[in-house]
Amino acid sequence: MTDAPSPLPSDRAAQLAAEFGLKPDEYERVLAILGRAPSLTELGIFSVMWSEHCSYKSSRVWLRELPTKAPWVIQGPGENAGVIAIGEGLAAVFKMESHNHPSFIEPYQGAATGVGGILRDVFTMGARPVANLNALRFGDPKLPLTRRILDGVVRGIGGYGNCVGVPTVGGEVNFHPAYNGNPLVNAMTVGIARADRIFYARATGVGNPVVYVGSKTGRDGIHGATMASAEFSADSEEKRPTVQIGDPFSEKLLIEACMELMETDAIVAIQDMGAAGLTSSSVEMAGKGGMGIELDLDAVPQRESGMTAYEMMLSESQERMLMILKPGREAEAERIFRKWELDFAVIGRLTDSGRIVIRHQGRVEADIPLAPLESEAPLYRRPTAETPKPPVLDAASVPDPVGIPAALERLVACPDLCSRRWIWDQYDSMVGGQTAKRPGAADAAVVRIEDHARALALTTDCTPRYCAADPEEGGKQAVAEAWRNITAVGATPLAITDNMNFGNPEKPEIMGQFAAAVRGMAAACAALDFPVVSGNVSLYNETEGRAILPTPAIGGVGVLERVTQAVGLALPPGCELVLVGETRGWLGQSLWLREIAGREEGAPPPVDLAAERRNGEFVRARILAGAVRACHDCSDGGLLVAVAEMAMASGAGAVLEAPPAGLPPHAFWFGEDQGRYVLAVAEAAPLLAAARAAGVPAARLGRSTAEGALVLPDGRSISVASLRAAHEATLPALMEGG
Amino acid sequence: MKAAIIVFPGTNRERDMALALHRATGRRPLMLWHAEAALPRGLDLAVLAGGFSYGDYLRCGAMAAHSPIMRAVREFAARGGHVLGVCNGFQILCEAGMLPGALLRNASLRFLSMDCHMRVERSDTAFTRRFPPGAVFRATMAHGDGNYFADTATLDRLEGEGLVALRYVTPAGEATPEANRNGAARNIAGIYSENLRVMGLMPHPENQVDPEIDGTDGLPLFQSLADSLVAA
Repeated sequence: MTDAPSPLPSDRAAQLAAEFGLKPDEYERVLAILGRAPSLTELGIFSVMWSEHCSYKSSRVWLRELPTKAPWVIQGPGENAGVIAIGEGLAAVFKMESHNHPSFIEPYQGAATGVGGILRDVFTMGARPVANLNALRFGDPKLPLTRRILDGVVRGIGGYGNCVGVPTVGGEVNFHPAYNGNPLVNAMTVGIARADRIFYARATGVGNPVVYVGSKTGRDGIHGATMASAEFSADSEEKRPTVQIGDPFSEKLLIEACMELMETDAIVAIQDMGAAGLTSSSVEMAGKGGMGIELDLDAVPQRESGMTAYEMMLSESQERMLMILKPGREAEAERIFRKWELDFAVIGRLTDSGRIVIRHQGRVEADIPLAPLESEAPLYRRPTAETPKPPVLDAASVPDPVGIPAALERLVACPDLCSRRWIWDQYDSMVGGQTAKRPGAADAAVVRIEDHARALALTTDCTPRYCAADPEEGGKQAVAEAWRNITAVGATPLAITDNMNFGNPEKPEIMGQFAAAVRGMAAACAALDFPVVSGNVSLYNETEGRAILPTPAIGGVGVLERVTQAVGLALPPGCELVLVGETRGWLGQSLWLREIAGREEGAPPPVDLAAERRNGEFVRARILAGAVRACHDCSDGGLLVAVAEMAMASGAGAVLEAPPAGLPPHAFWFGEDQGRYVLAVAEAAPLLAAARAAGVPAARLGRSTAEGALVLPDGRSISVASLRAAHEATLPALMEGG
Repeated sequence: MKAAIIVFPGTNRERDMALALHRATGRRPLMLWHAEAALPRGLDLAVLAGGFSYGDYLRCGAMAAHSPIMRAVREFAARGGHVLGVCNGFQILCEAGMLPGALLRNASLRFLSMDCHMRVERSDTAFTRRFPPGAVFRATMAHGDGNYFADTATLDRLEGEGLVALRYVTPAGEATPEANRNGAARNIAGIYSENLRVMGLMPHPENQVDPEIDGTDGLPLFQSLADSLVAA
């Protein structure tokens, strides 16, 4: 056995380093750490570990500004997923992660493996996945390419989630031409564990076996992390081989086998093989424990013959996990994985050398000190340029070209507001038997915890057009809306995961968007006691120099003590309607402005975080007191769209009262002022009195009826059935209409 | 009632089914791994739950139908035991030849996850005696291959012998094309074996058994079994 790796010829190494995405100064650091030229395998390891995707080298300095602590936070960012205490000795484990680049190249597999990867991040910590959500952005819906990507992504998410038996309970979808070449597929998984039985990735114990379980390793996804760290160009189709192939059946077996092994105390540490596969899992686990690690690649289960060390270390084959077991527990663990018909192999040992040493066919292929691989990793404080603040649009300066009823009919049918039923109908939202509020039933999905009365409230939110106009206000609004949606079902918001999707960070205006969005998010997290416990960053979402809208997608988790406390948004007849929160008629960046007036301009609605918290706490208290029959927040489309959504959900109607004097009607009905809720209650008077006492703005908005029409203050009537028909027709016509 | 749920690699609604049986009977069912060669003594009901056994690779249910335990299930049925197959379980029963016909891709060629309504075609079997005659109930369906198919002679025989268990209908009880989302022959959602002791159906009544979650429309099916199979 040779005990030193064979360095590449130095000119060849420098050339390959550039091909693998290492900048010249980064490559110089590699040479300094090793004291020689790297071998091919070593160069592969450095390039993926230092890729934007794995190292967060452009984003880390900013992400540090986010609040990550609260008394209920068990594990913040830095592990496979975040962990919070949710009462009764239980923990919620969750994270959201992007699979944007692969989903453009190969929509079905890109989206499917995105779901598979985030599921593994959660069950690797000992939590049984109980819910999936997603946040999707697509290009112009009129383009055939957009329809093809949307179709593939939805089939991929469904194909994977339905098969593993985890319900897909919520999500959001936006369309905008800025996503034409860069769709966003952000997948979130939430799992439940016992708070005292969380599994971490920190490897300890010299001599402890390193165990590979799951599917075999093939040549798929090699350098996927590098691909995800670069812009697209016209030849991106050629990157198809870097996309991984998912097998949800193997994932289901892997979940069950891991859950069974986790019932024992055999595991020291465990991590899934996600981006950069065997490389990142072995380097991160050993690094976190301050250990060394030796791997013998001859023992790795392989799907193809003749794989090199480089290929095995860089493969992103799916449905694989790496574990450190306690000594002598291998046989017990192997029995479980064999029962589930999965591969199991001891592929190495922990050492005290502080190095990763890779052996293959009698040769040492890599020998790298772990500490500098992490500590010397590039970290950039890239130049930022602030997005200029757009002027506030005066609502009085925008005439109403079509009138209220016509605008409402068009808005409820526009791609950003139309029914998502065509999508939900392809996702199994009920498997598990705990889904109390499924998609469309409430502002947040509500999933009960098996054998408990307690339930989780889950949502994903972001309004990219606000973020593009003012990234700081947009970042703030994304967090506030997640908090609001959880509040609107009656739940207490606890924590978020963030998925930061931006363009090329080497451009100051993009880095400026990122920094400002983080600033806004941090302010909202702090004001609402809503810390970030996990997250993911996806940069370089650009094609031929055109970036996406800045999209900091937020996944929020809240808790209800009893599932029966949850309220939905469907409007019952015979109620009084109350609007909570202040309405100033903010039309800047509203959907009305874009869809009806044909303008995308102005400052987005500001979020008053003190008012947000006060209004939300008031609404939640009324819901928990049992005084609220239905509740819906006012977001995209404003107040009248919110009322229409409540009516369409039940078929009931409403008679609405005149807006306050001094506000143009279209600004009152379609303005997107923040921090507002529509409540349906048996009697408005006690609610209004309580609001006055609490200093919360609230006004009677009207009453609901069994008639199935929205009656405006001027007497004009809009049929709820025809609104619903228009609302439901858009996506099927787009996707099935040919 | 002593019930067992057979778990194949890829079964994923076994927990839902266990909750439903527990709610109806007060007893937790046994979970049986597919590699077992025998069913436990004194068993009253064997359940094949929903999911994607063997990943639905090859054909839905085709590989599970050849699992070691299916020989025992077939013998159990031949001795007069009761068997319930839901969704992938129905597909397995058809693949195993224990029920006639086959489940094809949905007519839309898409996975369908939504509520449907079913009409109980006879309420005198061990599976339906708690339903009033002609009852219509709501259930979740979640499948890609639920389009029931059999040749005309088989369909005529099923109808003639009263072996159609459930049909997709409107909430008002009419078997219209609109109510038949997956395109099943004659709106058939579920069928019986000749001795009425094996039942297969595509939708998931086990997801409608809890008033706190999504109502109790499906509960009478499990209560019927509990009433009928009181022996144990």
